[in-house]
Amino acid sequence: MKNTKTDVLVVGGGAGGMAAAVSAAKEGAHVILLEREDAVGGVLNQCIHNGFGLQFYQQELTGPEFSYKLEYELRDKDVHVVCGSYVRYIDFSSNSVYVISPSGAQIITAGAIVIATGARERPFGALLIPGDRPAGIFPAGLAQRYVNLENHLPGNRALILGSGDIGLIMARRLTLEGMEVAAVVERMPYPGGLTRNVVQCLEDFGIPLLLSNTVTRVRGNGRLQSVEVSEVDEQFNPVSGKERSFEVDTLILSAGLIPQVEDYVRDLDTDPVNKGLSVSNTCETNVRGVFAAGNNVAVFDLVDYVAAEGWIAGRHAAFNALGKAHQSQRIPVVRKGMVGVLVPNMVDPNEHLRIYLRLKAPMDKGKVIIRELEIEKSFVYGVPSEMIQLVVNKDKLDRIRDLNKLTVEVLS
Amino acid sequence: MQIVVIGGGICGSLILRKLSALRNVSAVLVEAKSDLGQGVTKANSAIVHGGYDDPHGTVRAALCVKGNDLFADLCEELNVPFKRTGSLVVARDNPDEIKKLEELLENGKKNGARGLRIIGKDELKKIEPNLSEDYKHALHCSSAGITEPWMIAIAAANIGRMNGARVITGDPVTGCNISDGHVEDIILESGTRITADCVINATGVHYNEVASIFGVVTPPVKLRKGQYILLDKLAGGMIKSIIFPTPSEEGKGKLVLPTVDRGVLLGPTSERLDSYTPDDVATSDKGLRDVIDAADSLVPGISRYNWIIKSFAGLRPDTDERDFFIKADDRVKNFITVGAIRSPGLTAAPAIAELVVDELIPQILEFSAEPKERIVTRLPKTEKINELPFKEIARMIDDDPLHGRIVCQCNEVSEREIINAIREGAKTIDGVKFRTRAGFGRCQGSFCGWRIAQILSRELGIELSEVRLNEKDAWILNGKVRP
Repeated sequence: MKNTKTDVLVVGGGAGGMAAAVSAAKEGAHVILLEREDAVGGVLNQCIHNGFGLQFYQQELTGPEFSYKLEYELRDKDVHVVCGSYVRYIDFSSNSVYVISPSGAQIITAGAIVIATGARERPFGALLIPGDRPAGIFPAGLAQRYVNLENHLPGNRALILGSGDIGLIMARRLTLEGMEVAAVVERMPYPGGLTRNVVQCLEDFGIPLLLSNTVTRVRGNGRLQSVEVSEVDEQFNPVSGKERSFEVDTLILSAGLIPQVEDYVRDLDTDPVNKGLSVSNTCETNVRGVFAAGNNVAVFDLVDYVAAEGWIAGRHAAFNALGKAHQSQRIPVVRKGMVGVLVPNMVDPNEHLRIYLRLKAPMDKGKVIIRELEIEKSFVYGVPSEMIQLVVNKDKLDRIRDLNKLTVEVLS
Repeated sequence: MQIVVIGGGICGSLILRKLSALRNVSAVLVEAKSDLGQGVTKANSAIVHGGYDDPHGTVRAALCVKGNDLFADLCEELNVPFKRTGSLVVARDNPDEIKKLEELLENGKKNGARGLRIIGKDELKKIEPNLSEDYKHALHCSSAGITEPWMIAIAAANIGRMNGARVITGDPVTGCNISDGHVEDIILESGTRITADCVINATGVHYNEVASIFGVVTPPVKLRKGQYILLDKLAGGMIKSIIFPTPSEEGKGKLVLPTVDRGVLLGPTSERLDSYTPDDVATSDKGLRDVIDAADSLVPGISRYNWIIKSFAGLRPDTDERDFFIKADDRVKNFITVGAIRSPGLTAAPAIAELVVDELIPQILEFSAEPKERIVTRLPKTEKINELPFKEIARMIDDDPLHGRIVCQCNEVSEREIINAIREGAKTIDGVKFRTRAGFGRCQGSFCGWRIAQILSRELGIELSEVRLNEKDAWILNGKVRP
């Protein structure tokens, strides 16, 4: 068994992890990047549509192109990538990471760790949808993998549950590849994905979007035969008499992403609303020297944000590992009003602050207020699916140094 | 002499295992589904019961206690997990419920159940600190435990095969020839004809249907449905024992119990179905809600949303007599039905196999069993990465890199384990899942499903679109996007 040492160890080779590895290496750290699949890129590899990179690279890219640009930078730097690897256990007291891969089992001891494990899809089983348990029910990402990378179609006629971005993208993809998409069903009264995706993936193809509807039963012995859809009231309870049946052999689920944090919750704090790891604006968790970035912190709407956060995480992980980190301060960030998902959860006033937030519900207009910093930013037509981003220069953070919290509030 | 066992659930497979140890018997197992243990055996509470609640004097009471005694050795030989976690029947501080505990204790003593005693709230709190404060008393049974029922069926059939028995799957019995009150052969859907000197009908919920093929009348089955919810390993720290409420007329009640791989199982409901619908394993909104409510009243907060990873239902074959029906037929003399194997059928199964092979078969066939001189009694340990220390894994990967390719990251299952399962008989996604636990975890195959499908396709030499979830109709993929 090998024992290896490195400055920075990054767990996860998606957009966040790759960006972290590149930025850590840029700061002079030796980096090991662990990736579970045979190639880095994460979910970007199967997102063959465009719309990525407008912020991070200032150009519109497909998922694989975005991934390739980061990968290209990785190869250029002092980063050792271990593909096909699996982290069995992390001992946070010594930053020892127990790694299993086809090339062997090794214990990697790192100066700092960046956890960039992303999110997983909420599986069918977790939804407690009554009925049979037939084949033909796919999380949208798995269906996307089958169609775009494994060259196989999941069925003939599909219904899509959930109007998150992956669901919308898959509605278009399956239609383009010759499947019929009967409808996209969303239990909320508004779509879960980006507006541009509703337009480009559903409206352009005449696919109905049934808001305030959900799947109430699946039927089929062997393969899926039909799906019962019902209108729901404000508490999401089915309204009786408002059911209809769709004869479909495929049900695609886009029912939300869950940050992959379960392996770390014994040691690392999580945020109850984000359901991800709690981090500061340097992407550090509650454990010194352990950083997190991307969808395991909160589910971001754009890969650009994930890469940007990964970049920050990697930089600070390198500072930490190389003994260049300053003594940091951490002021808790609290929510008020209509603020749902909110990143970060702590602020170090010595560093720039990037705030990402999601509204709890759509708002025609409103403003984001941070009283302690005398910031007020107005917006119109805010929806939960699109994050609101605010950047605060560190020069302005001096005044909060002695405060015990920073309040981020959204008012109408 | 050729003995044909119909049904590859836990009873049929354990009977096959015993038959395969005999020199003067050639044994054949015929299973309608594509794999073993996929009927009643798969969807139950996976409990090895203590044997205190089956009414004294019933066949099931006697076989339950005997089965419990046999279980530890059986699981050791089959290399299947078995943990004596102990069980608790918990009671509130009211005379009716306390009386019920005393009745159970009394009944249990008569049945010969082991490890029974009534405990008070202090001890109860110590054993299960997360139990609701409402419960102040409990019947503790230290001999109760948990296992993986389908693995017993799979492993027992494997031992049978190693000892020369034939195992046929995916081929239901459709006919037979009977002459002079004796079955001569059975006919399968594929047209295969198998001569039979004796037929054992161990077909779970289907025993009436199968018996009728042979012109045999058996007590009408009354199906009972149980709905379950499976929780993530994160819930595993909440409880240690199998926790029952005080029982009612409807059965043992909806419980909370650990699974062998550190998850938690909630349920079951107990719903009598009006008609004979043996394929109806659909869950219902009400059923699942009832399961959650019942679990939360026993262990408050256990069914939190992010811990729920799966819901499912299973059927149990009950009868009006509410007891097992294990008998040779009077008219078709070489036909034995192992029917109405309701709860505690899993616990009783090893004792049922003894009863059938050691008593019933010799009686009706007038033969004396002769053991084979050399047989396999123990399955070789299969290496599960998940259960091994890190150093050992490192050594194994040096020998075989596939041990280091972790396909199911939720349950830490290697590609080598999956390949071994396929070589051992898994033909489908479920076949791999039930043997290895790959895809059983919190992502439910979202990440590894495609990879397991690929490995199946490669190992079985079939197209990816030919891979099935379980049965023939359960296709997963519909051909290629483009050539």
